[in-house]
Amino acid sequence: MEKVFQKPHALSDVPFHYCPGCPHGIVHRLVAEVIDELGIEGDTIGVAPVGCSVFAYNYFECDMQEAAHGRAPAVATGIKRARPDKIVFTYQGDGDLAAIGTAETVHVAARGENVTTIFINNAIYGMTGGQMAPTTLAGQVTQTSPYGRDPKTQGNPIRVSEMLSTLDGPAYIERVTVDTVPNIKKAKAAIKKAFQLQMEGKGFTLVEVVSTCPTNWGMSPQESFQWMRDNMLPHYPLGVYKDITKEEK
Amino acid sequence: MGNKVLMKGNEALAEAAIRAGCRHFFGYPITPQTEVSAYMAKKMPKIGGTFLQAESEVSAINMVYGAGGAGVRVMTSSSSPGISLKQEGISYIAGADVPCVIINIVRGGPGLGGIQPAQSDYFQATKGGGHGDYHLVVLAPSSIQEMVDLTADAFDIGDKYRCPVMIMGDGMLGQMMEPVEFKDTDVSDLPEKEWATSGTGMKRKKNIINSLFIEASELEDLVLERQQRYEQIEKNEVRYEAVDIEDADIILVAYGTTARIAKTAMAKAKEQGYKVGIIRPITLWPFPFEAFEKALAGGKKTFLTVEMSMGQMVEDVRLAVNGRGDVHFFGRTGGVVPTPKEILAKIVELGGAK
Repeated sequence: MEKVFQKPHALSDVPFHYCPGCPHGIVHRLVAEVIDELGIEGDTIGVAPVGCSVFAYNYFECDMQEAAHGRAPAVATGIKRARPDKIVFTYQGDGDLAAIGTAETVHVAARGENVTTIFINNAIYGMTGGQMAPTTLAGQVTQTSPYGRDPKTQGNPIRVSEMLSTLDGPAYIERVTVDTVPNIKKAKAAIKKAFQLQMEGKGFTLVEVVSTCPTNWGMSPQESFQWMRDNMLPHYPLGVYKDITKEEK
Repeated sequence: MGNKVLMKGNEALAEAAIRAGCRHFFGYPITPQTEVSAYMAKKMPKIGGTFLQAESEVSAINMVYGAGGAGVRVMTSSSSPGISLKQEGISYIAGADVPCVIINIVRGGPGLGGIQPAQSDYFQATKGGGHGDYHLVVLAPSSIQEMVDLTADAFDIGDKYRCPVMIMGDGMLGQMMEPVEFKDTDVSDLPEKEWATSGTGMKRKKNIINSLFIEASELEDLVLERQQRYEQIEKNEVRYEAVDIEDADIILVAYGTTARIAKTAMAKAKEQGYKVGIIRPITLWPFPFEAFEKALAGGKKTFLTVEMSMGQMVEDVRLAVNGRGDVHFFGRTGGVVPTPKEILAKIVELGGAK
């Protein structure tokens, strides 16, 4: 019998620890499918963050390094400089990338470091149980913004893709989501393009995936996606924020 | 063998690292070690290496972690406040068994402190610094030639035991010039690191560089395995210089720049008839306990520890002596360097008037 659907080779057999309805599983799969399709598993080194996806090093079949909280871009830089012919990616959440690791994020982009970042933005710290993130929306209730995030005292949410697209270093930045099949397909195309541009040596690429956290948002997976569409996407519009292949034309 | 050249300490150690096969350097400017970065910035592009000025010391040490994990010889360099920033990364590097070399050209502290020579980072270097059960191998040269020689050794020790190694100098050693000779070393054939994240090539199982182990018993096993390597280091890598310790009444204990000053004081004290010896630890961790056993073999001795701190290494001296002798301390701090005269006065005070 012909096998028409199977687990990507670049995903290991270790079962995901993610909560039911968490989009991490979808995005992991997309990254692994892209690695398979590009035939780069043996040449790829991934960097896992601190956060819900901390165990990503168990889930991908390529070589992996585990970074300290926020330091994945620096670790990836070290790997890439040591092995410039390899493909290096980081997989990071919003607390990791846009709070404790802001300096590393901005500078890996500014250097145009030839690595790819997959950035999961679900507006909350998931692993520690639902605290306010740098991307938490104004008014959003979390464990550490129990009365809703008040921008006057708790600051404003950071739009990472927009911010980084002002820099000259990045080659490609796109914001996607994974709530529907068409959007999942778009997300995969973006991830693939990011890896391909790295393979061509074009510089820093980042795909921001607007995501959800059913557990800590206190919603069902379906309600979460609806809340995301109603509240997050207006603040974090989907689209391409930087693409040097378009600029070159 | 090469010829002797006159070089500044910071530049000599950078050159020594390159000759030891280091082709990746990640730094951040800080006085009094910036010349290491400047030298690497000039040399690395010419030899196909990487010099990268990171956005912070935090990033620099994490770049070291990445590159070291990917299997290359890698180094970073800083001075006290910058080394404090690197401690998080050092702990992760130790926990993930990644070899690398970290230079600390110590300046006065705490806080921003000053920019003059000090030895007040001894506790930080030898007693942890970062969190968790780990050690750094800490090498303390007292001349620029020794700094050069120990830099080569540092890379070998790191690779052999899969651990981070620190070379601890001070502002004096970093900034002064001395003639040095570089030994011819062949690093063209360094052994392959089969644990490194260099890409599986679809030929082997994946490698994971990691310090996270949620299962307590698994983490304990890994810490115990590392402890066994530390015991091997304690057995194989202890280095010290001992001069006239067997028949001395007073034994000076000092390292780095301070040891040179102490030797001058020792010579003057001998002229005045005092029986003085010196123990100069070259490895601060592992601490050279055996030197003290040799010194105490002939009976009770008086020890005078001299440091550019308020007394940090002296605690290890007390541990080594373990009540079998009197341990005294003399130190200057904040960037003030002790003079031979001051040390001599202390020797005379301990030895009694002649």
